[in-house]
Amino acid sequence: MRNKDTILSNIDWLTTTLYLLLIFMGWLSIYTASAGDDFTGIFDFNERYGKQLMWIILAFMLAIIILIVDAKFFSAFSFWIYVILIVVLIGVLFFGSTVAGSKSWFKIGSFAIQPAEFTKFATALALARYLSMLNIDITQLRTKLTAIGILFVPAALILLQNDTGSALVYLSFSLVLFREGFSGLIIVMGIVMAALFVFTLLIGEYWVIGGLFVIGIFTYLIKKKWRKQLKLLIGIFLMASAFVFSVHYAFENVLEPHQKTRVNVLLGIEQDLQGAGYNVNQSKIAIGSGGLSGKGFRNGMLTRYHFVPEQSTDFIFCTVGEEWGFMGVSVVILLFLTLFIRLIFLAERQRSRFSRIYGYGVVSVLFFHFAVNIGMTIGLAPVVGIPLPFFSYGGSSLWAFTMLLFIFVKQDANRLNVL
Amino acid sequence: MYLKDYSGRKYVIIGVFILVAFLFLLRLFYLQIIDNSYKLSADNIVLRNIREYPPRGRVYDRNHKLLIYNEAAYDIMVIPRQVKNLDTQAFCRLIGMDTVTFRTQMKKAKRYSYYKPSVFVKQISKQDMGRIEEKLFLYDGFYSQTRTLRHYTHPIAGHLFGNIGEVNSSEIKNDPFYKSGDYIGKSGIERYYEKFLRGKSGMTVVEVDVHNRVKGSYLDGKYDTLAVPGEDLVLTIDMDLQEYGEKLMQNKKGSVVAIDPKTGEILALISSPAYNPNLLVGRERSKNYNLLLNDSLKPLMNRATMGTYPPGSTFKMVNALVALQEKAITQNTYFSCAGPTASPIKCTHNHVTPLKLDMAIQQSCNAYFWNTFNAILNNPRFGNSHKGYESWYRDVVSFGFGHGFNTDIPYEVDGNVPSPDYYNKLYNGSWNALTVRSLSIGQGEILVTPIQLANLGVVIANSGSFYPPHFLKSLEGSDSLMSVFNQLKRTTIDPGYYDIVQESMLEVFDGDHGTARSCRLDSIRQCGKTGTVQNPHGDDHSLFIAYAPYENPKIAVAVIVENSGFGSTWAAPIASLMIEKYLKGSTKRIEMEKKMFEGSLLGNTGNVKPKPLKAR
Repeated sequence: MRNKDTILSNIDWLTTTLYLLLIFMGWLSIYTASAGDDFTGIFDFNERYGKQLMWIILAFMLAIIILIVDAKFFSAFSFWIYVILIVVLIGVLFFGSTVAGSKSWFKIGSFAIQPAEFTKFATALALARYLSMLNIDITQLRTKLTAIGILFVPAALILLQNDTGSALVYLSFSLVLFREGFSGLIIVMGIVMAALFVFTLLIGEYWVIGGLFVIGIFTYLIKKKWRKQLKLLIGIFLMASAFVFSVHYAFENVLEPHQKTRVNVLLGIEQDLQGAGYNVNQSKIAIGSGGLSGKGFRNGMLTRYHFVPEQSTDFIFCTVGEEWGFMGVSVVILLFLTLFIRLIFLAERQRSRFSRIYGYGVVSVLFFHFAVNIGMTIGLAPVVGIPLPFFSYGGSSLWAFTMLLFIFVKQDANRLNVL
Repeated sequence: MYLKDYSGRKYVIIGVFILVAFLFLLRLFYLQIIDNSYKLSADNIVLRNIREYPPRGRVYDRNHKLLIYNEAAYDIMVIPRQVKNLDTQAFCRLIGMDTVTFRTQMKKAKRYSYYKPSVFVKQISKQDMGRIEEKLFLYDGFYSQTRTLRHYTHPIAGHLFGNIGEVNSSEIKNDPFYKSGDYIGKSGIERYYEKFLRGKSGMTVVEVDVHNRVKGSYLDGKYDTLAVPGEDLVLTIDMDLQEYGEKLMQNKKGSVVAIDPKTGEILALISSPAYNPNLLVGRERSKNYNLLLNDSLKPLMNRATMGTYPPGSTFKMVNALVALQEKAITQNTYFSCAGPTASPIKCTHNHVTPLKLDMAIQQSCNAYFWNTFNAILNNPRFGNSHKGYESWYRDVVSFGFGHGFNTDIPYEVDGNVPSPDYYNKLYNGSWNALTVRSLSIGQGEILVTPIQLANLGVVIANSGSFYPPHFLKSLEGSDSLMSVFNQLKRTTIDPGYYDIVQESMLEVFDGDHGTARSCRLDSIRQCGKTGTVQNPHGDDHSLFIAYAPYENPKIAVAVIVENSGFGSTWAAPIASLMIEKYLKGSTKRIEMEKKMFEGSLLGNTGNVKPKPLKAR
């Protein structure tokens, strides 16, 4: 057994350093995006940069508390934390306030908090706890369904709050399930379905089915193995065709009009510079105008003069792109990538399955936010409005990401105590 | 315990991470270094979308005379973020605004958006704009935008044209075509033909520097679209006839509707008191609208389509036709009339007795039509009077009474033909011909609109058939509407029965005792029928329906003059003058015309005269 005093020296300093660097760069971006010409000092709590500084200090305190608390606390109370947050999510549906069309906030005075942010780490905890139970057999259907159920409940509740972006985050846990032995076929099928969806919207169902048919014929002729499986091949073809035919129905009837427009704009089917395309186009101009080395700190006129909507929250990446150029964005992307790979390395070195699974949960959630958020600012992903971890303005998301990360850092620091 | 070790899968996951990061870097490299279209100059040029508003479709009358056109007007726009070092006093002087309004407008714009343009001052005229434009560039954050406003060549037909106004939030929600500040047809044909008239707005994307100066087209106009003008609309209205009718009806309350019996085309639709449609345009719109709305004479109400009146004696012809069809009477059936002592309905008209159908129509004998109505309901072939009434009801409705025509007529109401169920409920099932006797002379529960009454003239002129009345003459892309308007309808009455009614109506003008003999014309053989309708609100309403020429009808007219007494005093001359004007192009009866122009009947109801309104 190790001495408790050595916990600080046991925490992974590379992860912590990356975290601090990203927080610092994030705050600089919020500062430049929200500070006007009449600058009154960084502790001006009427301005966003001042408030964010306060959130950051509180986040550090949260991190320290987590590091002090006994590591077993989180594994022992995983389910309770999960259940409490689910109850809070239900509460939001009845007593919450609506901000920007999503009923996902609790308001106490001038202070607003978004519970959906915190359900992410609670879900990661619950999933880790469940899959690490001794009598669990991952190959059983019941286990698989329960695991998916743990993810589905918060996702569905968040969807009911009309916060599609935050609900989609729960898809990221499929990486965890994949690592823990779920069939990779599901992920492959997901990718194929997404591809069919996009192609159908772009070129029409008949061309896609024609293409599928040609691919089927080639598969049959070239791969000898498939000749014996003609029925299976035909079955796959028919199911894919049925899916393709249902795309337009789903698109017209399931998606909200603004979501349809966003997808259409992303695929280039529709141009809407005033509506859905406005954000993305302004964002691309801001980033594109940064060039190789950017315009310099506090010189990004597009971002400083609020030409990019939501630029201190969802579109914060534009500020980096405009002011620091390609060099700046490369640094940010590489910092994130280093963090992700480091987290996987840490997860793999855990002795307890709980810690490993939780670690994968952390990296999956962070990666999903990273991919979708940056993707949407450069026109590679639909605008779904989820924050860039550690960068975007907002207390709830900053604290939630800090807790998510530091619970894992604590587990890792404690790994040698696990038998 | 796991049966299998899946730790190798971490490489797949790391691979995905690296792939995504690599894709992002590639895309950013392209956006920031290779693609020059996003490189904007060091002046920090930004984009502004300029909406090109399409000219709304023009409106013509049946002879291709211009009725409604567009005139340029200007909005001053503001982008609050860009307003800097503003000399508020000087700016307010320039655009002619007081500082209080300035502040509220600015607050409104800021609440909407700091970085998106919003309208600061609306609809500045061409003349004023010339002066303002010269100096507007001195004020950062403000610029002008061209719009168009409706103008009317003649101050007529406000009710049927309707007007346009800014879209409200529910209209934007219902149709994504509209953006805040767009105009939409709010009433009348402007509303009915909105989709055709509105056109499609275009957009020009220009680069603008921080001082709001336009630097040029963005990406060589890649995102620019052209405005598509609205379709021009040709109405069935005859502008001269409409104007003439409004003049005849001035200072009177009531309505005139004229229809071409051959096509159902509405030649004129007059509701009086009328208002000048130019009043409801531009900046004065809401002020004038409220004045008109609060006027005690209700000038905004379209009496021709929304006013409901008992048809009175004009309805006797319908009863005659139904009775002939149901074999309740023949052309040679005689009934006697006891004049003022007749029961159950007395007759105030002075005529021979007993009399048969043609005389009864000419003399408008109440007793005759009570007996006729009684004969329909108690016709032995129906068994009982309720069955008889059901049959009567079916026949009357086929004339177009009791329901709207469902064409492009704005705000038409159904009127009322009481259904058998209505009386069953009202009288608990026990009622008979005597109970509902008022219907025999067109009084009681039955209510018709002037346009339905004009259509009765059409039906009689055509011996039982009609096209639903409508305003559409021609419009690009409206074929499906046209085909609906061109569906011939027929009454349940055999065409042969109309002859005697037509001949009797001719006698109303030509007969020695005809009620409209003073309006006789040598050159045109007119047919007509007077009506005088009791109403609880004051003097009797004067009604007249007519068509002409007898041999080959080209126009059918219905006239209602409220609170004016006998039908032959006001309504008949107005109808006859309308016929003469339409068929001959001008009128020769100067004396009669003068009397109609000058006659003021507004005092009859004790109402105050309309306040004079001046068009801007």
